[in-house]
Amino acid sequence: MRHFDREIEELKELLLRMGAMVEEQINESIRALLERDSAVAQRVIDADSDVDRMELVIDQHTIELIATMQPAAVDLRFVATAMKITPDLERIADLAVDVCERAIELNAEPPLKPLMDIPRLARIAQDMVRQSLDAFVRRDATLAREVIARDDEVDRLTEQSFRELLTYMLEDSKNISRAIRLTFIGKYFERIADGATNICEMVVYLVEGKVIKHSNEPS
Amino acid sequence: MTPKIEVRDFNFFYGESKVLHSIELDIPEKQVTALIGPSGCGKSTFLRSINRMNDIIAGARAEGRIAIDGQDLYAPGVDVVSLRRRIGMVFQKSNPFPKSIYENIAYGLRIGGVKDRRVIDETVERSLRRAALWDEVKDRLGRSALALSGGQQQRLCIARALAVDPDVLLMDEPASALDPIATQKIEELVYELKNNYTIVIVTHNMQQAARVSDRTAFFMLGKLVEYNETRTIFMNPGQKLTEDYITGRFG
Repeated sequence: MRHFDREIEELKELLLRMGAMVEEQINESIRALLERDSAVAQRVIDADSDVDRMELVIDQHTIELIATMQPAAVDLRFVATAMKITPDLERIADLAVDVCERAIELNAEPPLKPLMDIPRLARIAQDMVRQSLDAFVRRDATLAREVIARDDEVDRLTEQSFRELLTYMLEDSKNISRAIRLTFIGKYFERIADGATNICEMVVYLVEGKVIKHSNEPS
Repeated sequence: MTPKIEVRDFNFFYGESKVLHSIELDIPEKQVTALIGPSGCGKSTFLRSINRMNDIIAGARAEGRIAIDGQDLYAPGVDVVSLRRRIGMVFQKSNPFPKSIYENIAYGLRIGGVKDRRVIDETVERSLRRAALWDEVKDRLGRSALALSGGQQQRLCIARALAVDPDVLLMDEPASALDPIATQKIEELVYELKNNYTIVIVTHNMQQAARVSDRTAFFMLGKLVEYNETRTIFMNPGQKLTEDYITGRFG
């Protein structure tokens, strides 16, 4: 194995470790929300600094790789991908923290209603993140495009959840603070799915060298 | 950590002209140290000072101290031949002897008085393996070294240098005459060899310095401008001159 390949492998390991941390944060944030467990929520909030540190480690590593190894072609695209998906992962972890902050606030009051759309939305977003990382590891552009296609479903569920919550707000103004918090949570999961979509766009770039974001490429 | 090679207030003259000015640096053991700088900056003169290769040039004169494992190389009474056994050298242009592949490696042992055939066989194999050449030549050790490709010849020269079991390997642009694939093999080799040897390499190719070295020394006009970890030199050099050189803004 080339020395350079070992460096690339190491970078990949770091990204996967960060990916695993982020997946765990999403998982726990969903649990905190659905089980109304503020202690779990607090743990997610506290663990965010680990993810932040990981981002800095990866940043440093990628810049060093560029400075010392002059990557070209697929190697260059890999390093560029690493640099661009790291902030997405970090942002996704921040959104898991946001979910937990709203969950703690919601737990201070009785439940507004049994949650329906939000858990589905959350699971899809979580699944998209996991699959985006799989696509990255396996350099699988087909899987990446499948993940991107699911974003529409997420958008639809977010909208649907918002409309339902709106009816609660219209019905009784005492519902407003809880319904707004749940609306936020829906939005956070939608953005998590957006983060997964960004990662997948970079995977397509990595594998094919094609830039598909901001375009209407059929998936 | 005590340095493998310690350089203190080292000056070098060709006749009246002073070509190295008060060089000070510590070269750590089992790492790769790259010397970079524009032509005529003194990097090759400095490299050749480390095994007193410049001694043979008429009118050349050294001042100051270069020590290996604390022993001053320029002290009176130093045996230059045994010094060069400890500090091997590989040149820009591969220079195998017009002998067989086997004899190229065995030569240094024979003149060192080794007669045991088994010891020589083992050393030939070990040296060729360490130079990542064994698999390519094991079936034709008796053939002329001159029939090898340029990249293979260069690795043979590295194997020859390794055969006498040096601690330090000096490399003067070892890949500058090679194509990219052969260059990459040499670079991979350098990377492997640092597990066992202290390597000092002169290169005109800055990217090569960045790839293979742990530490980089930037020379200009006979002075050491900056010496630091390679990643620091290439990511955030301390001197404007270094920055201008590595970003190609000279002149």
